Amino acid sequence: MTMSALMNEQKPDRGIRLTERQARARRARSIAIAVALGVLVILFYIVTLVKGPAVLVRPL
Amino acid sequence: MSLTTSRVEPSIAGVGDYIELMKPRVMSLVVFTALVGLLVAPGRLHPVIGFVALLCIAVGAGAAGALNMWYDADIDGRMARTAARPIPAGRITPGEALAFGLTLAAFSVVLLGLLVNIVAAALLATTIAFYVLIYTMWLKRRTPQNIVIGGAAGALPPMIGWAATTGGLSIEPILLFLIIFFWTPPHFWALSLYRADDYARAGIPMLSVVAGPAETKWQILVYALILMPLGILPWILGYAGLLYGAVAAAAGAAFLLLALRLRGEQRGFAASKQVFAFSILYLFLVFAALLVDHMSPASFGRFAA
Repeated sequence: MTMSALMNEQKPDRGIRLTERQARARRARSIAIAVALGVLVILFYIVTLVKGPAVLVRPL
Repeated sequence: MSLTTSRVEPSIAGVGDYIELMKPRVMSLVVFTALVGLLVAPGRLHPVIGFVALLCIAVGAGAAGALNMWYDADIDGRMARTAARPIPAGRITPGEALAFGLTLAAFSVVLLGLLVNIVAAALLATTIAFYVLIYTMWLKRRTPQNIVIGGAAGALPPMIGWAATTGGLSIEPILLFLIIFFWTPPHFWALSLYRADDYARAGIPMLSVVAGPAETKWQILVYALILMPLGILPWILGYAGLLYGAVAAAAGAAFLLLALRLRGEQRGFAASKQVFAFSILYLFLVFAALLVDHMSPASFGRFAA
């Protein structure tokens, strides 16, 4: 058994454990980001349809 | 302001906190005035592109709000009106707000430039930069003229809307800019009259704190006097119809009367609260009248003529 494995066995995992409130907030933020990204994908798709192939050709 | 106070534990910020960071009430007025600018401008903009333009303007306004809250977190915490905002209340760290604001600012400007036009994008970038750098970081804590000069940022959205449709600018959107520009000081000074203690505690040199209520009420009256003829100027110059002229004149006269009554008020804040509330209604009425006037068959296209 290596030294690091030995140390891991002796010390319990002290990683960050989210409280229920923190986990709920993180989940809500993740869903909001997913929704925003989904809306953007749909928006870019529709704009591409509207503007056609010249999507980046715009008046100054 | 310091970033060294960042929390180390995971964030408890909810979606609502991020929405609050974008100052949705300010954003709604920005979107409304931009929408009017966009619709009364000559030319046609595809509804989808118009929606994208408004979305970018809304997000850009939100970015400016978030960056303002990031920079002002220290003074927000000292004012009763703003102490519950996400950063002073400890729900969002300053670093999170800064990252959020910068991301939204870059995103909104680039998207507006790529999908609508460069002039509108440049104006949006100017608006955000003016609000954050000139108003928030420079003027707000230094001079009682903070909201006079800083008001230019809030006055730009109808010009952005106009530029989104036309790709340029002309005298008409500049008139709309001037209406909001001269509307802003009496609007915020009325608020500052009944929040003077708050502003004084935070060390913000609002006119009501530095020069006192009498001078502030006088200045409100002066600006209401300027605003009334300015409001009806689009009708006088033939850019808008009689409907607009009548609404703008009536709303301007009401604003003036309230400002006069405020000047005569000796105690209490009823009149200043009334001026503040009516100022919001004034802006809504004037811009809504412009839109209705533009849409009505009798004056169709007049603003754009």
